[in-house]
Amino acid sequence: MVLVGRQGQRQVIVAADEAAQRQGLRPGMPATTARVLVPALIVQEHDAQADAETLDRIAVWMMQRYAPIVAADPPDGIVLDTSGADHLHGGEGVMLVSIVQRLAASGVRARAVVADTWGAAHAVARFGRRTTVVVSSGGAREAVEGLPIIALRLPADIVSGLRVLGFERISDLLAVPRAPLALRFGPELGRRMDQALGTLAEPIDPVRPEEIVSVRRAFAEPIGAPETITRYIGKLVVALCERLTERGLGAKRVDLLCHRVDNTVQAIRVGTALPVREAKRLGRLLTDKVETIEPGFGIECLSLAATLAEPLAERQAASSLVEESVPDISGLVDVLANQVGESRLYRMAPVASDVPERSVTRVAPMAPMAGATWPEHWPRPSRLLPRPEVIDAMALLPDHPPAWFSWRGVRHRVRHADGPERVFGEWWKGDMEMSAVRDYFQVENDAGERFWIFRAGDGEDAATGSHRWYLHGLFG
Amino acid sequence: MDSNTEDANVPKHGSGRRRDEVMEALRDRIESLEGSKRRIRKVLPFGVPRIDNKLPGGGLAVGALHEVAGGGNGTVDGAAAALFVAGIAARTHGQVLWCITRADLFAPALAQAGLTPDRVIYVEAGDDKAILTCLEEGLRHGGLGAVIGEVARMSMTASRRLQLRAEATGTMGIALRRWRRPADAVDFGQPTAAMTRWRVSVLPSVPLPVPGVGRHRWLVELIRCRAGESADFEVDACDAEGRLHLPADLADGSGAAEGGYGRAAG
Repeated sequence: MVLVGRQGQRQVIVAADEAAQRQGLRPGMPATTARVLVPALIVQEHDAQADAETLDRIAVWMMQRYAPIVAADPPDGIVLDTSGADHLHGGEGVMLVSIVQRLAASGVRARAVVADTWGAAHAVARFGRRTTVVVSSGGAREAVEGLPIIALRLPADIVSGLRVLGFERISDLLAVPRAPLALRFGPELGRRMDQALGTLAEPIDPVRPEEIVSVRRAFAEPIGAPETITRYIGKLVVALCERLTERGLGAKRVDLLCHRVDNTVQAIRVGTALPVREAKRLGRLLTDKVETIEPGFGIECLSLAATLAEPLAERQAASSLVEESVPDISGLVDVLANQVGESRLYRMAPVASDVPERSVTRVAPMAPMAGATWPEHWPRPSRLLPRPEVIDAMALLPDHPPAWFSWRGVRHRVRHADGPERVFGEWWKGDMEMSAVRDYFQVENDAGERFWIFRAGDGEDAATGSHRWYLHGLFG
Repeated sequence: MDSNTEDANVPKHGSGRRRDEVMEALRDRIESLEGSKRRIRKVLPFGVPRIDNKLPGGGLAVGALHEVAGGGNGTVDGAAAALFVAGIAARTHGQVLWCITRADLFAPALAQAGLTPDRVIYVEAGDDKAILTCLEEGLRHGGLGAVIGEVARMSMTASRRLQLRAEATGTMGIALRRWRRPADAVDFGQPTAAMTRWRVSVLPSVPLPVPGVGRHRWLVELIRCRAGESADFEVDACDAEGRLHLPADLADGSGAAEGGYGRAAG
């Protein structure tokens, strides 16, 4: 299947799916040629308007979820300024993978790249080999050198002109003097090269949908001192909370955009676990991050937006003489989450599984309390190794604990032991676990140190496991 | 039972009452010299008179910072120390913030020490500095039962800040000292502003008449205690409500009848 659009007087292919590409159809090919090549071709009209709308919708979704400064990069890209936002998602690499996976889940195949500049990220995302790439800081030049010149976002006539002259890769362009090229092709070529390498700034004009509650304040004189910024944040937050109250909303994610006099935008993003419209709390979260703003020559406009807002009803404070009030810790959770990242703040909840590492799961810190706990009749170690470590042990088969074992090069004589506690594999998880068995023992050495070890397999049937011994935890 | 054990600790020349008064007066003077205006008002007793008697105010001060480390290999894994701390936290009210660098704490074991999973919020912070920041933030909030941080290096300045925060809000702060290598544990000798300093090491469990591992036993050393003496205790590990017990074969008088876990062990 292909999508066909109009280019001047001709009908050309705008996009081709995998099956069509296997038949040799490429975007840019005249539609008539394609029909001749593949008689059974399904041809649909390309709707540029709908494409742009979808792109905008994805951009807004990304802004609510990932970073405050997001813009559509037509025809097929979205650009995000992730500075100061990636740590909330577990680092740049993790964030890219999560973006690609989430888009894939909704049926969009995407490639994601983090680089110093918009130009470099654009080039590597379209012409790189892998789905997700993190270009290290300062590595933009190396990353784009090997790519074809078309990656530089140049008009088609410049690209074909350069090809005629024998320029294939960006490194060819970088190797020759600038002046003759500028004379021949105009300033556009030099500008795009500088933008890719980061010598020329390229501001991103962020999307701001109408329905988002936002307030802004422009300054006659640019401001720069942290105290001044803090003071105005205080005023903006109060104004924002008033607007939120009018609509009965509470903010879950708040973005502060600082428009600098040199036409760049800096952003702070804070998130809360529950919807909030308390000026004091939001102000505290934002002022914690003021030091990350670089005012440069000054900030001429501050705008504050509640990017993600949820209905928040007024609640009546119950004052009881008898009951002890439960302290509200959502404020603390928000402060910590904005320092270390939302994913690093969690509670543990039980899962009905006998396999120790599967018996716990992480839940959000403000998730409702289930009151559930683990069965208490089996001893459990206070430290569980991230993955079981192989130990050398000597034991009588089938069901005796080892007489000694050596772990990390130290030999321990087993003085006392308890067990076995047999854990069966969970056959519904996969074929490998159909007959797998672990026999857990609690053992104590001469010094009184207590370990949690297990044997893979039941000691008789080789199909149940390798019969090797592992150390899985340490008791207190 | 209380009176029995108290008597056992006081020298038997009849002047026990007076000695207590003198000690109390001396403690008052030391505190006024230290400049902290507030007396320790709230304490969390261990419920073991032998330990509580050694602590000023008869228990672990609530609005204060305490340090706990493991002994031997426990300096690296901190397994026993974590349970000891969990037992203390379990006996406080409200939620508990536990700041960690390595995610190897096994929640079911904490639940067995009385600290139910709903009460613990874990923060995975990257390094010591981030842990100390989170600890301070937690202590500043004031609504938590206890704030625990697994930290290797803690300077005098950092501990002083934490101690002041804890005093201001009345939240218990516990620094669970845990190092990457056993050799780094010499750091535990450096002075800090913490109210008490504990070391918890594992001891061989109570022998049973049948094969098996008996009740876990610890050597709990009170290495430093502001306005108090250091001491060490041999105790049975936390029970399901986070309480320590004196081993039956070591407890004197009626204590044996109460903590009769190991008696069957003979």
